[in-house]
Amino acid sequence: MSDARAKSMRTPLGRVRNLGAAHSGTSDFWRQRITAVAMTLLIVPVVVVVIMLLGRNQAGAAQILGSLPIALIMLLFVIASCWHMKIGMQVVIEDYVHSEPLKLVAIMANNFFAVTVALASIYALIKLSTGV
Amino acid sequence: MAEFALPKNSQITGGKTWPKPVGATEVREFKVYRWNPDDGKNPSVDTYYVDVNDCGPMVLDGLIWIKNHIDPSLTFRRSCREGVCGSCAMNIDGQNTLACTKSMHDVKDGAVKINPLPHQPVVKDLVPDLTNFYAQYASIEPWLKTTSPTPQKEWRQSHEDREKLDGLYECILCACCSTSCPSYWWNSQRYLGPAALLQANRWVKDSRDEATGERLDNLEDPFRLYRCHTIMNCAKACPKGLNPAEAIAELKLKLVERQI
Repeated sequence: MSDARAKSMRTPLGRVRNLGAAHSGTSDFWRQRITAVAMTLLIVPVVVVVIMLLGRNQAGAAQILGSLPIALIMLLFVIASCWHMKIGMQVVIEDYVHSEPLKLVAIMANNFFAVTVALASIYALIKLSTGV
Repeated sequence: MAEFALPKNSQITGGKTWPKPVGATEVREFKVYRWNPDDGKNPSVDTYYVDVNDCGPMVLDGLIWIKNHIDPSLTFRRSCREGVCGSCAMNIDGQNTLACTKSMHDVKDGAVKINPLPHQPVVKDLVPDLTNFYAQYASIEPWLKTTSPTPQKEWRQSHEDREKLDGLYECILCACCSTSCPSYWWNSQRYLGPAALLQANRWVKDSRDEATGERLDNLEDPFRLYRCHTIMNCAKACPKGLNPAEAIAELKLKLVERQI
C-alpha cells in the first residue's frame, strides 16, 4: 500500500470502488485470443514461405510474394502478430508500471511501435508482391 | 514500478533462539516471523523448539504450544481449529495454507518455517491487515439481489441450479489464494483478487439472483478482473481445494458471451 493511500481518510470500500469499473477489457481479452488462434493457424504456412524465400534474391522473393494466397498469408500474419504484440505488451506495462505518467507514456509508445512495425511490414509486403 | 524487494524497515534481521524445553524427548524446530509495531525494530525470525509429545499434530497446535509454554507474546489469529473459519491462514513452509489443517509432520526436512500471508501489511507477528481484502469482498456485493416481489416463502432453486454453486460456496475467505497471486501482489489496490472474484462468480451463477448483468458490469475492467493471467497459484494454495482460476475464467467467458 502506498503511503498516500495508507494515510488517506477514505474508507476501504471507497478506495476499492475508486473510479468505478471501466466497462472495457473484454474486447482486448477476446482479440488476444483471436490473434493467438490466427497465428497458430498461420505459423506453419509462414514458416514454409520463409524457407522458400531462403537464399533467393529480390526478384525471386518478389516472384513468390507476388502470389495472392502467399501475400495474403504474410499480411494476415503481420496484422495478427502486431495486434497480439500490442495487447500483450500493454498487459505487461499495466502489470508492472505503477507510475501513472510513465504508464501513459509507455502505453502510447507501445501503440506507436506496434502500428509502425505493422505498417512498415505491410508496406514492404505490398511493394514486393506488386513489384512497384 | 512493482516492488520486488522489501522496504528497508521490513527486511528481516536475526532473531532469538529460545531454549529447548527441559525434559522433552522429541522436539520440532519452528522458525516464526516476528514483528512488533511498538518496538520500532525490523522484523526477525525467532527459533522455537516444540515438544511434539506434548502437543497436537497440526502446525496450529505447535503455535499454541509455543504461546502457552514458551512465549506468550507470539501473536496469531485462530478460532475454529478445523478449517472452517479461515482465521489461521499463514505461509507455512513456503505455501499459504491454514495452520489448523496443515500437519507439522507434512513439513519435510528441518524447521517448520512460518510467515504471515505474503504482501499484506502486518499488524503484528503472523497477523496480516486484511482490510483491503475484506473491502474487495464487500465491493462485489455478496448478497442476493432481486427486483421481483419477494415470495411468500423462500426464493426457489432447482437441484441442478443449486449444484452450480458447488466449488464456490465453500470458500471461507481465508485469503490464502489472493495473497499467493503475483498479480495481486503487484496490483492489490485495483485487482480484486481470486477470492473476491470466486465469490463474485458464486453470485453471478446463482439462479435466484436478478442482478447478473449489473454484477458483470462492475467486474468488466482491465484491472478488477483482467489482471488474472491464469497463473493458478490460487488453485494450488486453496486449503479447501477450490479453483478460483476456473471461476475467473467462467466470468471472462460470460463477458465474451454477452458481447458476441
